[in-house]
Amino acid sequence: MKSKPVIALIGNPNSGKSSLFNQLTGLRQKTGNFPGVTVEKKSGPSSLGDSIEALIVDLPGVYSIYPKSLDEQIVTDILANPAHPDYPDVAIVVVDASNLRRNLLLFTQIADLGVPVILALNMLDVAQQQQQEVNAVRLSMKLGVPVVRINARVGEGLGLLKKAVLQQLEKPTVTGQLFFDPATDQQALVGDVKSQYQLQNNYLALQYVIQHDGFSFLDTPKRVALDRLIDKHQFVEQEYQAHETIERYKYIGDVVKEAVVDRRPLDQPTWSQKLDLLLLHPVWGYLIFGAILFLIFQAIFAWSSLPMDAIDAGIANLNTWLKDNLPSGSLTDLLTDGVIAGIGGVVIFIPQIAFLFLLVALLEESGYMSRVMVLMDRLMRHFGLNGRSVVPLISGVACAVPAIMTTRAISSWRERLITIMVTPLMSCSARLPIYTILIALVVPEQRVLGIFNLQGIVLMALYLLGLIAALLAAYVFKKLVNAKERSLFIMELPTYKLPRWNHVGLTIWESVRAFVWEAGRIIVTISIILWVMASYGPGNSLDQAEARVRQNSSTASADVVENQVASARLEASYAGRFGQLIEPVIKPLGYDWKIGIALIASFAAREVFVGTIATIYSIGSDSADDESTIKGRLKTEINPETGQPMYTPALAYSLLIFYVFAMMCMSTIAIVYRETKSWKWPAIQLFYMSALAYVSAFIVYQLMK
Amino acid sequence: MSKRSVADLKIGEKAIIKAFSDKWLSLKLLEMGCLPGTEVCLHCKAPLGDPICINVAGYCLSMRKSEAAVIIVE
Repeated sequence: MKSKPVIALIGNPNSGKSSLFNQLTGLRQKTGNFPGVTVEKKSGPSSLGDSIEALIVDLPGVYSIYPKSLDEQIVTDILANPAHPDYPDVAIVVVDASNLRRNLLLFTQIADLGVPVILALNMLDVAQQQQQEVNAVRLSMKLGVPVVRINARVGEGLGLLKKAVLQQLEKPTVTGQLFFDPATDQQALVGDVKSQYQLQNNYLALQYVIQHDGFSFLDTPKRVALDRLIDKHQFVEQEYQAHETIERYKYIGDVVKEAVVDRRPLDQPTWSQKLDLLLLHPVWGYLIFGAILFLIFQAIFAWSSLPMDAIDAGIANLNTWLKDNLPSGSLTDLLTDGVIAGIGGVVIFIPQIAFLFLLVALLEESGYMSRVMVLMDRLMRHFGLNGRSVVPLISGVACAVPAIMTTRAISSWRERLITIMVTPLMSCSARLPIYTILIALVVPEQRVLGIFNLQGIVLMALYLLGLIAALLAAYVFKKLVNAKERSLFIMELPTYKLPRWNHVGLTIWESVRAFVWEAGRIIVTISIILWVMASYGPGNSLDQAEARVRQNSSTASADVVENQVASARLEASYAGRFGQLIEPVIKPLGYDWKIGIALIASFAAREVFVGTIATIYSIGSDSADDESTIKGRLKTEINPETGQPMYTPALAYSLLIFYVFAMMCMSTIAIVYRETKSWKWPAIQLFYMSALAYVSAFIVYQLMK
Repeated sequence: MSKRSVADLKIGEKAIIKAFSDKWLSLKLLEMGCLPGTEVCLHCKAPLGDPICINVAGYCLSMRKSEAAVIIVE
């Protein structure tokens, strides 16, 4: 036995595989990638007994080992290659007892590949509600493998499951006879493959024949040799695959007849199906979906304002306290105006991000998300997208990076590419800080029709603008991108379920943690760099600027002079010079050099904008107590040319529109490169989104000013 | 006489799967449990009549009308 055996979880989508994974690993799970490919891999340690710890790897949900999408490819790629680092010592196949037939198809294929398997019989309670009795003992006898009854939702049967895993590890047993043996009718071909590639297993040999183009572990000469064998034996892959599936179902039919007592009333629709009639209704379906989206935006804005205000005030108080109690000097300034202002710009958005992920997780968990795909498929098709594009687009509201990774479930390359190209137009949570601040500045906080929050409505309008832009861009790409590939929309509709709160909690925890650590690190680093750049200039130019101001304004009051001094020093600093350099380019959009600094700083990540603004304005002005929140600072900023407040509605809306469209996120560019495997697509994306942002912001500012 | 397919069913109507008119799609449909001889029932349609949801092999499967059209029924 290996020191740390690898246990793979395999199963159909919706079979409760990820529940079991969460039960086995808890908070110790890690997200990464499978080696060499960008398929997301979840893994984590789990202790099997007193001294043995195993590594649990959660494989993507599949219906068979013949993949239809990139995500599914990895399952076969691992199971057909014992040299793969993730090749399991034991595979736990999780099956949904209420849909045993279809789930056993995958199980028999996995077992035939020669992996030591355990069948985890899940969702027996659902089967029972549907009046199906599954006899686990008889099932185990018929299939010849260990069968363990579990309830992954509540964590029942884990002890027995671990015991079965230990037994398989100590003395691995594989099924003696294949459920489907290709040698019965393709003996010559199977024999040739086995001898040429030193294989023991007949079914694995068949996979070499049918799937060799997808196997990353086979080099080109090996693939060509297999093509020759196919020609030699006049083997027809598609026909044989259909034959295999039908034969397997025949066998499974016999097994199920023995092991399951089915008393399901034939014509009675389940409550889940009755609910579908309402949720997919031509009128009510869309109305309910619209209402749910509306609720999400109201929630993000209205419900999270309380904790956000508290955090904002807390950070401001902390800064004031530090300034009062620490010796004044550069280090204190760096801590308060640089580091803490930057951190404040990160933590303040935790409530909103938590709310957003809470609601998206609820949609996923309840099974409603797949209904949304059905609702939207027809509309999406007009734009060259697929019903499945809804998930990336909705996830894009949280973050474009994981959203783009979920496009792998789309089997058509063209639809997938178009989805990737337009997903960053969906307003991600990093834009939320910018929206929040600017909306709060120029949109009055009032109620519309008594119940709706006006700021929430404006926020929703910005999200809608992003969505509309995404659809229009998709339409353009549809005309430009050609492909003869077939699109596929055959999809299981899972029954509605109550959300598992531990799953929802894990999702929220993961996303908040990722935001705080990943985004937070960048933001704090850039905040510190900015503080340095804004506090120092070439030679003694800062002192010279200060001296000039003091000379010219000897009559003004002390407060005004201090303010002018601070402003002049910032203007003379490195950051100020940099901002002035690009000012001519952004002037038509209504921005000055201070905003220019923030624009450049936020090029790497949009969320940096607010932190930068906070840093710049806290350096540029004397921080009186009432001004120390970010919003307060922006409100008191005066435009030196007009003497009026700097943040007019025209400027605020111009900035808002700019950030709706601008592709300012290094991580997104990187992930698009990884997913499309070329620099062409991220380059096109960066160009078209930047052009869209600039032109739209220009139009808005010129019309409103 | 033109062949009837799952796409021609009315809501609530049942039929027995007979054959497939598309090899590539049939592989996926077979895996999902749409076997010849199995009963299907058109459960509901999305707004605009496409995609459709069918009950087959004890669960609910959604597909586009064009995909349902390859499932020939008796």
